[in-house]
Amino acid sequence: MTPDPTPSNLAINVELVADILCRFLRNELGRAGFARAVVGVSGGVDSSVVAYLAARALEPQNVLAVTMPYKTSSEATRRDGRRVIEELGVRHVDVPITDEIDAYFVRFPDASRMRLANKCARERMTILYDQSAAFEGLVLGTSNKSELLLGYGTQYGDMASAVNPIGDLYKTQLYPLAEHLGVPESIRAKLPSGDLWVGQTDEGELGFTYETVDRLLVLMVDGRWQRAELLEAGFDAALVDRVAALIRRNHYKRRMPVIAKLSFRTIDRDFRYPRDCGT
Amino acid sequence: MMSPSPRQPHPDLPDRAAAPLRVAMAQIAPRLGDRRHNLELHLAQIAAARAAGADLVIFPELSLTGYFLRDMVPDVALAPGASEIREMLSAAGPAAVVAGFVEESSEHRFFNAAFWGEGGRVVHVHRKVYLPTYGLFDEQRYFAAGERIRAFDAARFGRVGILICEDFWHLSAAAIMQAEEVDLLVCVSNSPARGVAGPTIRTAETYRQLARAFAQLLGAVVIVVNRVGFEDGLCYWGGSQAVGPDGRPLAEGPMLDEALTMATFDRAELRRQRLAAPLARDERLLMTIEELQRIKRQRYDA
Repeated sequence: MTPDPTPSNLAINVELVADILCRFLRNELGRAGFARAVVGVSGGVDSSVVAYLAARALEPQNVLAVTMPYKTSSEATRRDGRRVIEELGVRHVDVPITDEIDAYFVRFPDASRMRLANKCARERMTILYDQSAAFEGLVLGTSNKSELLLGYGTQYGDMASAVNPIGDLYKTQLYPLAEHLGVPESIRAKLPSGDLWVGQTDEGELGFTYETVDRLLVLMVDGRWQRAELLEAGFDAALVDRVAALIRRNHYKRRMPVIAKLSFRTIDRDFRYPRDCGT
Repeated sequence: MMSPSPRQPHPDLPDRAAAPLRVAMAQIAPRLGDRRHNLELHLAQIAAARAAGADLVIFPELSLTGYFLRDMVPDVALAPGASEIREMLSAAGPAAVVAGFVEESSEHRFFNAAFWGEGGRVVHVHRKVYLPTYGLFDEQRYFAAGERIRAFDAARFGRVGILICEDFWHLSAAAIMQAEEVDLLVCVSNSPARGVAGPTIRTAETYRQLARAFAQLLGAVVIVVNRVGFEDGLCYWGGSQAVGPDGRPLAEGPMLDEALTMATFDRAELRRQRLAAPLARDERLLMTIEELQRIKRQRYDA
């Protein structure tokens, strides 16, 4: 049974959210001395929303969309990515990653597809950061709150960015926002996929739908409901436990590396400054 | 029954029928930890407010320093007699100024403080009593808590009280201000936006309710000045507001944008409202104190 105790707790005022996020982008880039942004555009809903927000906040000519297909990337996804770029009129560079990825894995032919997926994500990250230097724009993050909580992303890969406008929005909250921003229907209608291998879907890999897990996450994380309360509300015990374990197990991905404390003032422990200090 | 002695009028208190008072709510976006830049921002707003005929200019909480300071707190601290504050008061001329700063006491304690200055001097400093240390807040780590909630007599505004952000969420602080019989309650804040499901930001909605309720319950003018801008992803929502003693809004600043918003009120409205609903008059202060003493005995002296 998929319970639906309070679906309204995932509702967002899309106009208000878009307004805050555009202001956020202009502000956070501006205080770092930048007026431009770089976005890896995959053709999925997350990177499309970020590209639409960036184009709205910074003007299209100040946004560089980077497409980085691998040989298995689906044609439909590539087409969706191109459509986002054309509709927004943002700048574009296409950097296929097949050659370097395949050259690397020639040495490790038995590598799992998970290693391949992570390697692709990190390859794309290095390209975005290099394009960031060339374009003089900051890399925008495209990880949503569902992925970040579940650890469904590659550390120092797609999780890496300078500024992330959508990291406090659950996956299911991105759809109404995408619609409001004008993201094409073909992108909003398809099943979420990291396009990690042929036929891969997020929900197939995770074993639950975003719709279900977001309803659980918003109660568990935002509402701080206890396990017994979640079970009483009708959530499946195995799902609750699995999601709780994923959140806990992947917490390291959301933090800076652990530093062995020796002095009286250790970075991030008792040396605490806001990132925006002085700006 | 003991009857309270009426408050002595302030020697400079003008005629009740004096001209309406004009308040400028300076909804600014301070630069985090950059006192020099922020002072310039204050001076520019004071000049604009004076040009608009303001009798009082109010800046948000920690307006001279920004909010999310963490380990920068000692680096940006000032004494109330600091040259930056003197400069602001001198620029204000006959107008009064409320602004937020990090106060360092002679014992080297650091307070989240706000001053009221007029006639070239600081006449009152409120040190934030309730330092939020939950959720996204971490103030008790960096600040010492104030230990007083007191009103004071201002030259042209009568009896005035200042609260800082979280103080405003404590009924006891409002109750003390009611017992002080304030004419004007000023709340300076740095409220970050949370909750984006409704027609407006949830925290803004709650502040609006509090301001309207307290204005009506105290029979006083309530002015909340909140900042705008971002710090480490926190979005301050602005929406500064002035509420009349009947609980009706007098003026409201824009959401999210910097603005200098003027509010005008007539002191005669205080009289009319207190005739219509003499809540402060009817307050049973001694009974309240006795009940609180009883609770103290039961809870702390047992």
